[in-house]
Amino acid sequence: MRNTYVPYPVSIKEVRVETEDKQLKSFWLQFLNSEDASAFNYTPGQFAELSISGYGEIPIGIASSPTEGRDLLFTVNKVGSVSSRLHNMKAGDIMGVRGPLGNSYPLRAAKGKNIVIVAGGFAVTTLRSTMNWLLHPDHRGDYGEITFIYGARTPGMLLYTQEWTAWQNSGQAKVCVTVDREAPGWSGLVGFVPTVTGDVAPKPDNAIALICGPPIMIKFTQPVFDKLGWQSDQIIMSLENRMKCGIGICGRCNVGPEYVCKDGPVFTKTQLDKLPREY
Amino acid sequence: MSQKILAKNKLDAFLQGLCRDQDLFAPVMKDGKVGWAPVATADQALWDFSNTEMSPKDFFFPQTECMMRFKNVQGDPQGMIMQAEPALNRPRVLLNIRPCDAKAFQVLDLIFVQDEMTNDLYWRDKREKTTLIGLACNDPCPTCFCTTVGSNPHGTTGLDVLLVDLGDKFLAQALTAKGEALVGDLPAAAGGDEAKAAELKKAAEGKISGGVAMDKVNSREVMELYDAPLWDRVMESCLNCGTCTFCCPTCHCFDIQDETQGQDGRRVRNWDYCMSWLFTMHGTGHNPRGTKKDRVRQRFMHKFKYIPVKRGGEIGCVGCGRCVRLCPVNIDVRQVVNDMNA
Amino acid sequence: MEAIAQKIREAAKRLLSEGKVDVVIGYAKGTVPMREYPYFAYTPEEAENLTWSSFCCNNLALYTIRRPGRMAVVAQGCVSRNLVNLINENQFKRDDLYVIGVNSPGMVDRRKVQALFPGKTITEVIEEPEHLLVKGQGFEERLERKKVFRSNCLTCVQRNPVISDEMIGEVGPEGHGGNIDKVAAPWEKLVPAERWTEMQETLKDCIRCYACRDACPLCYCHVCFVDEAQPQWCGKTQDEADVATFHILRAFHCAGRCTDCGACESACPQGIKMRRLTSKIEKDIRALYGYRPGMEIGAQPPMSLFKPNDPQDFIK
Ligand SMILES: Cc1cc2nc3c(=O)[nH]c(=O)nc-3n(C[C@H](O)[C@H](O)[C@H](O)COP(=O)(O)OP(=O)(O)OC[C@H]3O[C@@H](n4cnc5c(N)ncnc54)[C@H](O)[C@@H]3O)c2cc1C
Ligand code: SF4
Ligand code: SF4
Ligand code: SF4
Ligand code: SF4
Ligand code: SF4
Ligand code: FES
Repeated sequence: MRNTYVPYPVSIKEVRVETEDKQLKSFWLQFLNSEDASAFNYTPGQFAELSISGYGEIPIGIASSPTEGRDLLFTVNKVGSVSSRLHNMKAGDIMGVRGPLGNSYPLRAAKGKNIVIVAGGFAVTTLRSTMNWLLHPDHRGDYGEITFIYGARTPGMLLYTQEWTAWQNSGQAKVCVTVDREAPGWSGLVGFVPTVTGDVAPKPDNAIALICGPPIMIKFTQPVFDKLGWQSDQIIMSLENRMKCGIGICGRCNVGPEYVCKDGPVFTKTQLDKLPREY
Repeated sequence: MSQKILAKNKLDAFLQGLCRDQDLFAPVMKDGKVGWAPVATADQALWDFSNTEMSPKDFFFPQTECMMRFKNVQGDPQGMIMQAEPALNRPRVLLNIRPCDAKAFQVLDLIFVQDEMTNDLYWRDKREKTTLIGLACNDPCPTCFCTTVGSNPHGTTGLDVLLVDLGDKFLAQALTAKGEALVGDLPAAAGGDEAKAAELKKAAEGKISGGVAMDKVNSREVMELYDAPLWDRVMESCLNCGTCTFCCPTCHCFDIQDETQGQDGRRVRNWDYCMSWLFTMHGTGHNPRGTKKDRVRQRFMHKFKYIPVKRGGEIGCVGCGRCVRLCPVNIDVRQVVNDMNA
Repeated sequence: MEAIAQKIREAAKRLLSEGKVDVVIGYAKGTVPMREYPYFAYTPEEAENLTWSSFCCNNLALYTIRRPGRMAVVAQGCVSRNLVNLINENQFKRDDLYVIGVNSPGMVDRRKVQALFPGKTITEVIEEPEHLLVKGQGFEERLERKKVFRSNCLTCVQRNPVISDEMIGEVGPEGHGGNIDKVAAPWEKLVPAERWTEMQETLKDCIRCYACRDACPLCYCHVCFVDEAQPQWCGKTQDEADVATFHILRAFHCAGRCTDCGACESACPQGIKMRRLTSKIEKDIRALYGYRPGMEIGAQPPMSLFKPNDPQDFIK
């Protein structure tokens, strides 16, 4: 029986500064033992606890897709004690990963459907995973149109620029990336995510939408979808709450009877409408 | 399973048998308080008491528990790899545990062990290596309300053996194979003994005075209870302290912390409680349960609505009455639940 | 006792029906013996639930903190001193507060009563003028109230409220005969090594529920030092050092402010005598600065005051 509190040992393979303010860094992690890599079976939308001995653990969404191989990608905002320590670590350092945790986006259930993805700020992490998974030759054929709407404050705050440029160029998905205001050197869309979503006007027929972003973005995007005729059960969101165990025991991440770490983090809007707004 | 007789003058021999290969614990009187301690002879243990002040949950879920260790040594990156703490090396017996507390652990089993991932080996190891010999309550105290939350003063749930004090002797009911092994050699009970026990049980049930009604709590939707006006009053005097959750046999929330002292590092878990504002605080400063009302509501909703919804109707309270006795501002769970049910 | 309770109810009803205050904060009868609880009466009908007895052990000054609106508070000596503290610390204005003053009869320590009946369940305690009639499963006994006073009440020096807008009953006698300087801080008599053992012994059953902190009207920091994560002042485990750190730091934060009201000890589910720390500091502050907290509006607490003629030179 495996002790699911004990992290798998990993080493940092590569560190990349993602944003101009240097608040976000990406970490590619490599398992030290290949058995652990095989045991770590995940799907897009799940997260893991990143463990730094002496500092603690933080839940972080998995930004890589299982279709990319066995290494794991995480993009981490510098907030408090553990994330700051992680920002000071470098390639070759040893740390731990515990997971995969939580449920995932209902991609298998959405076979045959159009997929709309709306992301704001660094909440795009698990949606990067989703896009890579959907666009993989093994899966692309199972889905209809794929629309990816993503916004950040400035061009320098956009994550994964190489990746979404490639998706754009592949012609496999409609990619709409926007920044809040005009900026030198930026020739793409300008405007807030809700406005751009309104312009793109994704159709609700035979579709699901995955929406992740700061509360303010969600608040203004929601009415756009309502106006376009989307139903609550087509809208899927990923929640964040303070976590410790990540496996539904320690009690702090609940939203009503649901544990964000175990029953979530992915919920439909229909589910959330019946729950307290404790997130 | 079998019904045996344990004579009161044979208790020492029985206890000797129990502690031969195991650690034996029982409620004792310490500094005027009833608490758990190791015992070896019958007169060290209490046989006539209401219940221990604190619940025995720390036998399975210690308030501070080292989960794993690491070495923080320059030039040895491998030392940073976490190593789990070893399992319990000796089995244990808890003697004279009350039926409500035993029931509580069975509720907690549903939470600590759910599937391959939610599989708390620290909890599980200690549970599997511990035998529970219960002592039925013939005299429930005025704050007990077990019968109204699915437990019973003579309840057998979660126990390996139940002892019923018949006056001059105990009726010992084996309830599991583990229990059978402990009492199998005792003389068999006569029909009259079992009848006497049944009478005592009935009398004990009759002594439970107050209680809670749950029918409307069960039928109402989560949001209806959540938005009910009662929380504005319930929370007023609450101190948001840890008393009610720390004394409670079913509260199981914890925090995980890393500690380093020189080269020795460890990851420990400590009891935590939903009444604390820190419990849910995000690193960004946002707090989903930012007010006292949110936190007080969480405690009662969790026990009486959320757990039942998620765990097939099991209630997160066994009616032991500890929080009623110990809350510094007398927030009485029975009143709160009855208000939820009003 | 009941006569005082009746007068408190009358005063509360009058204040509420005249609209003088939005709420009267007092005590109501608990659901278990010897445990009255803080009660908030918003209407004259609710004021009927107010009570007064030997078991009013919570310090109601706590509930005035960050509470908007006009409030009346039932206050015996120590509670009134904590109200004065809060006014001096600019937590609210004197004008927003209406003090219903009561001379404290001395409150009873429920643990001392229980200790007289080990292992037995007390079902009812009836108040008599100088006695308590204790009833339980299979017994009944009359106790002298004074024998089971909380230890802080035995050594109390201020039973009458220091401020009051309306006095319920008579201004009563002061003191209960105990001398705080004789009993405060049993450590004083010990050599340092023994002190540590005594400290460990005192704190060994603490479960860090923080009821003592949370019941105390001095502890109103937005983020208490024990909850602080960056930096973390105090470990979170049950290790002796962590537990002692919490208690010692808390006691220091109460220096020059603690009124020895005993609410902390009364709240503790484990019967820890953490006043052994705070009352020692209370004594020292009195000896060093001649200061008693909460006796006078406008007084400057010595710990937040610097005098050029300070005998210590570490600050100069
Ligand atoms: C499912 C999920 C996915 C997430 N994905 C990402 C991601 O991809 N990138 C990213 O930068 N951040 C992500 N977060 C948020 C991230 O977990 C917090 O920013 C982080 O825990 C802060 O930890 P800290 O130690 O730096 O801060 P501190 O303030 O020092 O926090 C102390 C501890 O509290 C807990 N904690 C504090 N805030 C949060 C929080 N918001 N969520 C969960 N636990 C918290 C953690 O256990 C943390 O170690 C995610 C959170 C969740 C729940
Ligand atoms: S209900 Fe009572 S014991 Fe629980 S947190 Fe509130 S004051 Fe403390
Ligand atoms: S909620 Fe109170 S009565 Fe119920 S099990 Fe917990 S401590 Fe006992
Ligand atoms: S959430 Fe609160 S009531 Fe529920 S188990 Fe945790 S501490 Fe107890
Ligand atoms: S109230 Fe008692 S048990 Fe709780 S922290 Fe204070 S001293 Fe410890
Ligand atoms: S420390 Fe204790 S005695 Fe002092 S004011 Fe606070 S609650 Fe009262
Ligand atoms: S993080 Fe422990 S229950 Fe969700």
